[in-house]
Amino acid sequence: MPRRTDIQSVLVIGSGPIVIGQACEFDYSGTQACRVLKEEGLRVVLVNSNPATIMTDPEFADATYVEPITTEVLETIIAKERPDAILSTLGGQTALNAAIALDEAGVLEKYDVELIGANIPAIQKGEDRERFKEVVARCGGESARSHIIHTIDEALVAAEDLGYPMVVRPSFTMGGLGSGIAYDEVDLRRIVGQGLHYSPTTEVLLEESILGWKEYELELVRDSADNVVVICSIENVDAVGVHTGDSVTVAPALTLTDREYQKLRDIGIAVIREVGVAAGGCNIQFAVDPATGRVIVIEMNPRVSRSSALASKATGFPIAKIAAKLAIGYTLDEITNDITQVTPASFEPSIDYVVAKVPRFAFEKFPAADDTLTTTMKSVGEAMALGRNFTEALGKALRSIDKPGVQFHWDGEAPSGAELDALLEQIQRPTEFRLVGVQQALRGGATIEQVFEATKIDPWFLDQIQLMNEKAAAIAAAPTLTEDVLRDAKRHGLSDRQIASLRGMGSTGEASVREIRHALGVRPVFKTVDTCAAEFAATTPYHYSSYDQETEVAPREREAVIILGSGPNRIGQGIEFDYSCVHATLTLAEKYETVMVNCNPETVSTDYDTSDRLYFEPLTFEDVLEVYHAELAAGPVKGIIVQLGGQTPLSLAQRLADAGLPVLGTTPEAIDAAEDRGLFGQVLVDAGLPAPAFGTARTLAQAIEVAENIGYPVLVRPSYVLGGRGMEIVYSREQLTTYVHRALEAAHATAVASGTMLAAPLLIDRFLDNGIEIDVDALYDGEELFLGGVMEHIEEAGIHSGDSSCVLPPVSLSEDLIERIRRSTEAIAKGVGVRGLLNVQYALVSDVLYVLEANPRASRTVPFVSKATGVSLAKAAARVMVGESIADLRREGMLPATGDGGSLDLHAPIAVKEAVLPFKRFRTTTGQAVDTVLGPEMRSTGEVMGFDADFPRAFAKSAAAAFGGLPTSGKVFVSMADRDKRAMVFPVKRLTELGFEILATAGTAQVLRRSGIPATIVRKHSEGRGPDGEPTIVDLITEGAVDMVVNTPSGQGARADGYEIRAATTATDKPIVTTVDQLGAAVQGIEAILSGPFAVGSLQEHTAATHARLDREGLRV
Amino acid sequence: MTDPTITPAAAAVLVLEDGTVVRGRAYGATGTTFGEIVFNTGMSGYQETFTDPSYHKQIVVMTAPHIGNTGVNDEDSESGRIWVSGVVVRDAARRVSNWRADRSLDQDLVAQGIVGISDVDTRFLTRRLREAGVMRAGIFSGDALTDGAGRERPVGELLAEVQASPTMVGANLAAEVSCTEPYTVEPMGDFAGKEPVATVVALDLGIKGMTNERLALRGVRVHVVPQWSTFEEIQALLPAGEPHGVFFSNGPGDPAAAEHEVSLLRQVLDAGLPFFGICFGNQLFGRALGYGTYKLGYGHRGVNQPVMDRTTGKVEITAHNHGFAVDAPLHAVSVAPHDAERTDGTSYGRVAVTHVGLNDDTVEGLTALDIPAFSVQYHPEAAAGPHDSDYLFDRFIEVMTTRRPVNVPDEALSALATAPQQES
Repeated sequence: MPRRTDIQSVLVIGSGPIVIGQACEFDYSGTQACRVLKEEGLRVVLVNSNPATIMTDPEFADATYVEPITTEVLETIIAKERPDAILSTLGGQTALNAAIALDEAGVLEKYDVELIGANIPAIQKGEDRERFKEVVARCGGESARSHIIHTIDEALVAAEDLGYPMVVRPSFTMGGLGSGIAYDEVDLRRIVGQGLHYSPTTEVLLEESILGWKEYELELVRDSADNVVVICSIENVDAVGVHTGDSVTVAPALTLTDREYQKLRDIGIAVIREVGVAAGGCNIQFAVDPATGRVIVIEMNPRVSRSSALASKATGFPIAKIAAKLAIGYTLDEITNDITQVTPASFEPSIDYVVAKVPRFAFEKFPAADDTLTTTMKSVGEAMALGRNFTEALGKALRSIDKPGVQFHWDGEAPSGAELDALLEQIQRPTEFRLVGVQQALRGGATIEQVFEATKIDPWFLDQIQLMNEKAAAIAAAPTLTEDVLRDAKRHGLSDRQIASLRGMGSTGEASVREIRHALGVRPVFKTVDTCAAEFAATTPYHYSSYDQETEVAPREREAVIILGSGPNRIGQGIEFDYSCVHATLTLAEKYETVMVNCNPETVSTDYDTSDRLYFEPLTFEDVLEVYHAELAAGPVKGIIVQLGGQTPLSLAQRLADAGLPVLGTTPEAIDAAEDRGLFGQVLVDAGLPAPAFGTARTLAQAIEVAENIGYPVLVRPSYVLGGRGMEIVYSREQLTTYVHRALEAAHATAVASGTMLAAPLLIDRFLDNGIEIDVDALYDGEELFLGGVMEHIEEAGIHSGDSSCVLPPVSLSEDLIERIRRSTEAIAKGVGVRGLLNVQYALVSDVLYVLEANPRASRTVPFVSKATGVSLAKAAARVMVGESIADLRREGMLPATGDGGSLDLHAPIAVKEAVLPFKRFRTTTGQAVDTVLGPEMRSTGEVMGFDADFPRAFAKSAAAAFGGLPTSGKVFVSMADRDKRAMVFPVKRLTELGFEILATAGTAQVLRRSGIPATIVRKHSEGRGPDGEPTIVDLITEGAVDMVVNTPSGQGARADGYEIRAATTATDKPIVTTVDQLGAAVQGIEAILSGPFAVGSLQEHTAATHARLDREGLRV
Repeated sequence: MTDPTITPAAAAVLVLEDGTVVRGRAYGATGTTFGEIVFNTGMSGYQETFTDPSYHKQIVVMTAPHIGNTGVNDEDSESGRIWVSGVVVRDAARRVSNWRADRSLDQDLVAQGIVGISDVDTRFLTRRLREAGVMRAGIFSGDALTDGAGRERPVGELLAEVQASPTMVGANLAAEVSCTEPYTVEPMGDFAGKEPVATVVALDLGIKGMTNERLALRGVRVHVVPQWSTFEEIQALLPAGEPHGVFFSNGPGDPAAAEHEVSLLRQVLDAGLPFFGICFGNQLFGRALGYGTYKLGYGHRGVNQPVMDRTTGKVEITAHNHGFAVDAPLHAVSVAPHDAERTDGTSYGRVAVTHVGLNDDTVEGLTALDIPAFSVQYHPEAAAGPHDSDYLFDRFIEVMTTRRPVNVPDEALSALATAPQQES
């Protein structure tokens, strides 16, 4: 049936900030949905608090609300916009939960708004574990035996029936949050305790263990005429027990016969019908007993998920786009398959390649966290690769991860004897490095049976890994590298670097291997993802490389610009960089053929219709070079953009330039000038700009000398890092010594991994205490500087800018200071030789503006600045990189005719960026939460924006969007470091005036009381419970008796209490303030909330208001 | 476990009629084989595919890159042997992994003398066949590839052999794959040991085991009879007074060459016997009604083909294996053309194309509106393939029980004449 005519406007709910388990795949799906709905002529109203998303670009919706996704805010928006329908199945668990909450609050009924895509009963049947089991039974499927429990006592009773180990799964959580495997009663009490907390319904399912079974997923789509198709089957290489988000997975399923596959398909179809997903997608997970084939249905998600993004990229079937069309009434047979243009979407893709997905973890950011992989998802991103067989796909996926230690290697002696036994023991525990352990064990002679026993990885996969070992052995043993031996190795996924290492060819070996390979004509061909295994011609150039016979890259006449994406999401390099790449491709498409290279399946950039051509390839030098070669053969190439995808492509810049590739924008030499302390120091000296005293060191002795010349505390870090990796504030020689040993090791490993930075020196800076940190994004064309935005950090210097909240326009900086910032930024841009984007970090201490660092590339804050100021910096930057001037762009209207982001008018709205941190995902091996104190190393996974007329409201909104909001009454616990005690008095006093009860430990309470502030003394954690069982502060927090915690850590030592306090707060999801400046902002935010409900405004309204103001003042041309 | 670095597999060469030459490794038996080269896009079910008699005299290119992973078991074959004349795969499994596997595919190919080739660019071949259409091909390996002195034979010589091999047009192959003696499949599953719900005589033109099983699981007793059976022989097996019907199976070859089957089917229809046909059976039904058949450029072979059942408006994902199709009017109810040629006063009456392939608007099913007979071009027994079309067996049982034509709602018939078709 055709599109429904009774729907004119749709509210789309996004997924909010990037968190573990909910990453940019929902930007991809939401962007698709918005595009589809707009194309259909519907009015699209969008809510998403995440400014780094493409979907929140004003052109994707008619009204874009960057507002907290809370029931109250959503109701305000619904009351204002009066949409006919709400689409909540494309915004992850956040959107689904928001829809349920709206229904429960009676909002849907009150405003007569219909949920489309899935209805409440379907969501509940799919998500409520008990009801889902009934569904499965009615569909002729089996579920694991289980018990639903609501208390720990019930859990203990259930354990007697199920026995250990058993799986614990809380209801209605995302990414498996709070779930785990209990091997004994201690585990059970701990995991169930957390699970009950995280489940919004205080409900947990305990289940018989199916650990070690084979795990599969099906992605299904159903339309309103009850047609159902399976888009993709996904097989987990890691057996049941590792969350599918943390598993290495392949598509299609490779170890099932047709009968077994069809059984899963039959159950899957019956389940989607029985659950009643009205029109849209769902994902169903199965476990299959490898010994008997018994099938158990694990769970379903009645919505588009991370796996659907993966399946879309894996098959070329755009699930989110189709789901959006189905939601407004179309049936599958009425929708054309974009790729073939002649066949309908009512089919099941057939793929003639293998897709491998490998997760990317960030345990190095949380050294205390237990890195065992369990049923709670812990990975922060993923890379996908396609190959014409499993080994090729796996080899490419592993090198796409861009992290030391996760690639197969053949260094040193193969493990044997006791070492091999230990390895076999070690690989029983799943970790991010287990697959390498498997490869090493097989290399050392372990049998496939032994490795299967240890890991339960299907023997077929193990044999394929063994095959890679054999190819490696053949490379090592070959008298010379012949065409046959090289082709065979490349066909099984070995990189030039691995081949060089196998041949013992040293650090320049990779280039030599490539020379030999090219001389022998061994080059990859590029195949096409076409949904149909070549049965029909494809119109979309979506390519992947393979060592095979025929290439399918079509010739072209227009000049091409190649854009390198950012690879797998990781902390410090995520969706913000994808945003910039997508903007570049959108704007350059007018004049150039745009070619995107990326390997992250979650992103908008890897959608087949974002760029003119898409290469789903690893972002390594080798792979990028081959793409360039293929495109150069296809037609003229203007150049390659490396500045927008973050550090991964940037680190390739010099080598690409050396290989003769035209790198657009800022030259690799200039990039180097900004990264190199000596060169950059000279730029600053020439421009007369102050910087904190610093030095570099390559040895411990040098480091100590530098540090002691500067004076402690110092900020230490390796050069060429992103996200403050390895950055620490060091207070003593002892601490420095420990650090240097660790960091030099890490730097060396990084050098090995990327090959660009051998012997990277350590940078040692004076640490500026109590400075105001200022972040600037600017654009420079060689002539003119365009200040994109000036952000004032709310926390003082020392906390990584990615983790710090900030405000734009800067509320407390004078016009004079902004002018100084502008002059300094321009001097740096000129001195370094920037052509494109530049990010500079400053610290203002005693009215001296210190330059902390400059990065001549797109920064994390580009999308935030663009949203806050209504100017697309990334688009403008891309145009500058291909040779246009800022003056041109001003004339064209891409940039404002006059002024810039540093000269925002007084009435401009205030935007606050707040970081979202993943601490509650991680536990130490003993089950405690990891410490939540912020520092110079970035650990946030995402961000939100609060947008309003003034700072307090904007801040309160950002808090609501980031962590559930600030309290408006109740108890606040305050424990301050001595240096902060003076500054806390005023804000704490204000809290008491607002009606809060203050709890404090003795020392802090004393200071407060002397200032006339009543404070209740509570026991420290280290004091333990009192003689009459008086609780400690940790007990009170754990019981939920405390509504906000203010705890500033003291510099050194005596941190244990603080740690316990922060961990307990994180575990109970209460707001925690760790700096005095944050406290001031929080108090202002609380006042704002108490003054009345949030008003909402769309980006389009803000822009219209700004234009109206400028017009009145005659400032707009 | 084999170690290809120590014992590299022997070379093999695939030569297409148009002169395309692809080099790879010998897989399965070595030697020479000829056939019509076709591609199959199913990602699962190689065992069922290779044992499907409809693939007789065809060399099958599997587009799925890994073949053989789950080995071969004693349960999933569709007939007693492998029928494909050759297999072309990209990556042949070295190790079998499945709890039901009894042996490797390689072992079966060798045991049954099926010549194959691996390590070739199957996508390149598929694209070539898509553009140029199916054609003859040959695989050469082992002694067949070398001359007396152990040198590889010149390509021209191999090509000449391919060009001299028989073509599929006009080939009457059903007799070659048919059973030679009748046999009976009794009701199974819940119906085991019970009186049959209906009795079917199935003409074996290359019948697949799963067809019998799906009928038997619904309580049907199936008498499978050879291709050369007469109408009288068939009639003798049908119990009077009990529900019964006649089934024509899938099978290889050109329907235009199947004169015996077409005249046999006309006798069945003239007798008013309920009829159901699959694949080749659909083409024969079309010809019996008087429609033409034609050869498709590269056919439909896979398990992902969308077909609309126009009697319900629902799309089913179906298993296909056909190189020929029926030429009947898509957008109107037509009268069986054969009626015009008849003088005996009987007629088959109105016919609707009730099943249409949505990818390319091919006729995928015919339903007679005035006599109890219908057929589909695809494979509702679905082995390999999805089970969406199961309902057709129930439809057949209903036709046999009621002895009435398939119930096609009037609105479906009128929609059929006016329905907007998928633009192509």
